Amino acid sequence: MATALLADGLIKEFQIGFWRRRPTRALDGLTLEVPMGGVFGLLGPNGAGKSTTLKILLHLLRPTAGRAEVLGRPPGDVGARRRLGFLPEHPTFYDHLTAVELLTYFAGLFGYAGAERARRVQEALDRVGLAEARSRAMRGYSKGMVQRVGLAQALINDPELVILDEPMSGLDPLGRREVREIILGLREAGRTVVFSSHVLSDAEMLCSRAAIVSHGRVVASGTLTDLTRGEGRGAEVVVTGLDRAAADRLAVRMTRVTEIAPGRFSITAPASVAPETLVAELVAAGASLVSVTPLRVTLEDVFVARVAGAAEGGGQAAEERPS
Amino acid sequence: MTSRRIGLVAWHVFKESVRDRVLYGIGAFAVLLVAASILIGQITAGQDIKIIKDLGLATIELAGVLMSVFIGVGLVAREIERKSVFALLAKPLPRWEFIAGKYLGLVLTIVVNIAAMTAAFYLVLAWMAWTSPENIRLSWTVPAVDPRILVMMLLIMVELALLTAVALFFSTFSSSALWSVVFTVGVFVVGLASADLRNFGAIVDVDPLVASLVAAIGWVVPDFSATSAVKTDVVHGLPIATGYVTATLAYAALYAGTLVAAAVAVFARREFK
Repeated sequence: MATALLADGLIKEFQIGFWRRRPTRALDGLTLEVPMGGVFGLLGPNGAGKSTTLKILLHLLRPTAGRAEVLGRPPGDVGARRRLGFLPEHPTFYDHLTAVELLTYFAGLFGYAGAERARRVQEALDRVGLAEARSRAMRGYSKGMVQRVGLAQALINDPELVILDEPMSGLDPLGRREVREIILGLREAGRTVVFSSHVLSDAEMLCSRAAIVSHGRVVASGTLTDLTRGEGRGAEVVVTGLDRAAADRLAVRMTRVTEIAPGRFSITAPASVAPETLVAELVAAGASLVSVTPLRVTLEDVFVARVAGAAEGGGQAAEERPS
Repeated sequence: MTSRRIGLVAWHVFKESVRDRVLYGIGAFAVLLVAASILIGQITAGQDIKIIKDLGLATIELAGVLMSVFIGVGLVAREIERKSVFALLAKPLPRWEFIAGKYLGLVLTIVVNIAAMTAAFYLVLAWMAWTSPENIRLSWTVPAVDPRILVMMLLIMVELALLTAVALFFSTFSSSALWSVVFTVGVFVVGLASADLRNFGAIVDVDPLVASLVAAIGWVVPDFSATSAVKTDVVHGLPIATGYVTATLAYAALYAGTLVAAAVAVFARREFK
């Protein structure tokens, strides 16, 4: 499978301080490979190094060490930039221009002219739902509208690869939903979308693959199924007709046994107990099965576990890291 | 394609600049000063046309300097401050083209504004010639509508193109627009005195080392004093030395070109946190 983005052992140090400048490490050997196709989430807490990684890939920052590639080319390659779109975090544009003027300007940088340029501008505006505000100066736009202009300019060249830095940041629930729908539309159109976020619910809804970044390193990566596999949290079984004595015997081996109504119990089994074995045991004890719900590991569980683990290894450095 | 992209950036700068409130403020200021020059001219009978020319040319030059500095430093510094540069540099636009386009766009803005102010200035002068009594007009030693003003305007444009290059240079590496303004104004003020600085040892009795140091500064900073000599000639109707004008144009073009090249080099290495 072709590679959309590659980061190989990226290290980035910033010099901070006015008189006594000292290096602080924002990226600490970050390695990442994003295949073409699908939606990839670059996840991590604030200051983890997500934006720094994206900026290196877009040639806005240079790595102190390591190698980066975008669509098989070095960052900054003009040919690769023709094939990608980028939405920066908290985008701001030119107050005096209208959305149409901005998009016309940016479309021109890709070499589009005349009717082709006008068509692309109109399509991009329609795609983000800004057609009605197309001729208003952007200084009168709400934050959500500016974000949509940002998305429109990232899509003006119908890119193969779309990089979105915190695309949901500062948006209300309706705005977040619209952005999610745009991302899903891009996925359906066969585009590759890479977005950074610290909002895990967005990632769970959108991503086919993800990487969790903490303290400048990737601490977990893979498909969402891979990330949450093998770390099962057991199952919740609800039964009726179970007597109190049998429930007390089970409580010793279970995570939790709760009587939710007379004779009706909710039993949370640990991952070490197979749900099938537990169900057979309960039926043998005279109970009737109501439901069995496997307790999936969520992305949040993985995120918390991995980020906490990384923090134990490098907490001091993280405190000095610029956001 | 390169020239097309540079042209697009330049046209965008022009479009944004002409909608900038700063420009309107400077324009209003220029109109007020020209109006003031007419009033002052009317209370100094016989000398009025020289005074109007002197004040009018100074006003146009000052308005141009304000444009170059306040719009010029915003060209790149403001793009960085508001982070609009992130989206722009992710487009297939090499950084050198971005800088070249920015520079040419502001030079275009300045040329258009100076041309408009020149036209307005000629109208004022024509109106003065039309409305002044014959005895007053006969006392003038220079014609009211003098084509030599165009030479002066050309020199002002070139001077401003050089000042814009200074503003652009500082705005490529300064972290804020304020610092860029401070540096640019500083260089302009020193540049106005560059001829005196070069002759510092002859004018002031100081240690030769200090004199050499000051003279070196005078040689390094751009010479913004060149137009003032021509201005005196234009106001007083004296002949303008063609060689001097040509040399001034060549000097400004070379210096501005060097500064834009330096700005490109700095911007190519610049990182955006």
